[in-house]
Amino acid sequence: MELNDFISKFANLFEETDPATITADTVYSQLEEWDSVMVLLLVSMVDEEYGVIVDVEEMSETETVNDLFEYVKSLR
Amino acid sequence: MKKAYIKHVAYCLPEQVVTNEAIVQDFPEWSVEKITEKVGVKQRHVAAADETATDLAERAANKLIEENGIDRASIDFVILCTQSPDYFLPTSACLLQERLGLREDIGAFDFNLGCSGFVYGLAIAKGLITSGVAENVLLLTSETYNKYLHPKDKGNRTIFGDAASAALISIDGFAEVCDFALGTNGKGAKNLIVKSGASRLREKQNDVSFDKNGNPVSSDHLYMNGAQIYVFTQRNVPKVVNEVLEKNGLGKEDIDLFVLHQANQYMLDFLRKKMGIPEERFFMFMENVGNTVSSSIPICLVEAHKENRLKGNVLLCGFGVGYSWGAVVLKIN
Amino acid sequence: MKKAYIKHVAYYLPERIVTNEDIVKLFSEKAVEKISENVGIQQRHLTAPGETASDLAVKAANNLFEESGIDRESIDFVVLCTQCADYFMPSTACVLQNRLGLRKDIGAFDIDLGCSGYVYGLAIAKGLIMGGLATNVLLLTADNVTRYLHPQDKGNHMLFGDAATATVISTEGSAEIMDFVLGTDGSGANNLIVKSGASRMPERQDDLTFDKNGSPVSSDHMYMNGAQIFVFTQRIVPKLVKDVLAKNNLNQEDINLFVFHQANRFMLDFLRKKLGVPEDRFCIYLENVGNTASNTIPISLVEAKKENRVNGKVMLCGFGVGYSWAGVVLNVE
Repeated sequence: MELNDFISKFANLFEETDPATITADTVYSQLEEWDSVMVLLLVSMVDEEYGVIVDVEEMSETETVNDLFEYVKSLR
Repeated sequence: MKKAYIKHVAYCLPEQVVTNEAIVQDFPEWSVEKITEKVGVKQRHVAAADETATDLAERAANKLIEENGIDRASIDFVILCTQSPDYFLPTSACLLQERLGLREDIGAFDFNLGCSGFVYGLAIAKGLITSGVAENVLLLTSETYNKYLHPKDKGNRTIFGDAASAALISIDGFAEVCDFALGTNGKGAKNLIVKSGASRLREKQNDVSFDKNGNPVSSDHLYMNGAQIYVFTQRNVPKVVNEVLEKNGLGKEDIDLFVLHQANQYMLDFLRKKMGIPEERFFMFMENVGNTVSSSIPICLVEAHKENRLKGNVLLCGFGVGYSWGAVVLKIN
Repeated sequence: MKKAYIKHVAYYLPERIVTNEDIVKLFSEKAVEKISENVGIQQRHLTAPGETASDLAVKAANNLFEESGIDRESIDFVVLCTQCADYFMPSTACVLQNRLGLRKDIGAFDIDLGCSGYVYGLAIAKGLIMGGLATNVLLLTADNVTRYLHPQDKGNHMLFGDAATATVISTEGSAEIMDFVLGTDGSGANNLIVKSGASRMPERQDDLTFDKNGSPVSSDHMYMNGAQIFVFTQRIVPKLVKDVLAKNNLNQEDINLFVFHQANRFMLDFLRKKLGVPEDRFCIYLENVGNTASNTIPISLVEAKKENRVNGKVMLCGFGVGYSWAGVVLNVE
């Protein structure tokens, strides 16, 4: 599992946010478009692409996209 | 076809005891003797303010499991009979699955019945076992009616006690669960009811008034029309006893012990005489616990077992709120 | 050995319809659009003020009797699945015995389950039939969970609708009820809950706050942690499907139609793809009714039957509040 690939898959979940603005250091929960529906899209993307089921509470402790990447990686 | 048996029974009572002496302090016009004589109850246990029926059910279940060395992993269904669930949703039986450390691959639900509930629970459990859905059903009954009582409701405060019971219904055990007779008449719903708080009347009504005997009548508390309930039992209990005897191909004389819902002493004496049952074949146990609703029959089974009175054919009969009633015969090994 | 069959299914939706356009008037258009795109619901039916789930159940049952010509007198058991009972006591099923003009020598009780409730109801009904306790069970599901929603809870207002269904389970019929797999995990109770109003927290809490998405969080209203529920279904449903297949000695390709609890479109699409079920073997019916809790599976069965899709082996899976889940296979002639 590779960081840039994860970032691009993560960025693709958004409709209005410009993918170019999302980097490893982005604090994703601060993004304008981030809401409860986005959480569901993220959870399903992680299952479909990486075959793992997240723990919602553990996941919510992550801040940056890189944290999220490391968390998902730790589940594999 | 698989048969269903009661394997073990246990019960638990909340710690707080309310004696007749304590009740008389709130109602100086009554005497301790009068209460004892009229309802046959000297004391009852009442749940603490922060203690719910689910808490009591958990204690009863742990007692059953520990007393009998039951493997928690062997339990494959939990049914809780209560009219005092923790929440509108989820169902309290799901909470108990976790609190009792039971397996995840088991069924669990609450069902809502009162004094007929244990007999119905046996019917549900027997069905689950017969159809191969489960082999070890944990049947819990638990009620905290005292929480529904108006503080000035002296009649019901003397009668009702809080309690919980736990029974393991299984593919083997000491008492085979034989055939049932069940009944329902919703016309009587209004005669034993808590009108407000759930979906029909959502908000508290704050409409307490007092009837000509000085008893409180309130939509926000338990209302019981004692005279109507009395007539209902006279009409239906002897009938359902006859029906269940017929279903099991037995006569009254074949029954070694009758265990009726312990409504109150006066009503039970009347029913016993009306049906012509001698005292030694009619179980009474309410003096120290009161009317514990769905737990009264399982409590009697535990106490009758202690007295070595469970043998041969035992007839159980529950009746009350709904109206709902049910009877079954147990064949003791 | 006796077998149990579904004989007929009918449903009823309350008259009042709320469309997405109506909801847009209350909330921002953008938010509504985004949610509606994902949940796949255009409108839902809601109870009128004063109308309860049991009122809907009466209409669903009457629809069933009229459509099927089944004689009321033949019904010998009523089971109502609801989390919106009329009263804490008596059991709403007793009230319905009277309102539906059913016999009095029959059993009746409520069970308290949500999205898994219909499948559990089938398990109970099958048990009652195989245990010789009944021959024609009227299984009712009725919920108006929208009564528990905070007015500003746009997500759940978009999702949920009210409805009731009626099913007769009998010793004969066209859809044989095969083997069940059931499950419970009370550790998820807090993720879909109404905290106050029943025994654990009897009084209103008036503790409304808003989370970072602007959704209301209140002990007095229904709270759903959508992400947690989604993860729960990810974890449980594929395993449930596998276990139900194994229990019935079937392979996935033997199933002609999968009827899941209609939670929302997004979740159903996700599960279908994850399981690798082709669209023509997967039932989706929520655009015009929403997520109707325990009613979604029987409503889907009625609609799929209209389209002639209920043939051969049909798998039903319910999952949700509790957590509670259940699956079964129907063998349709």
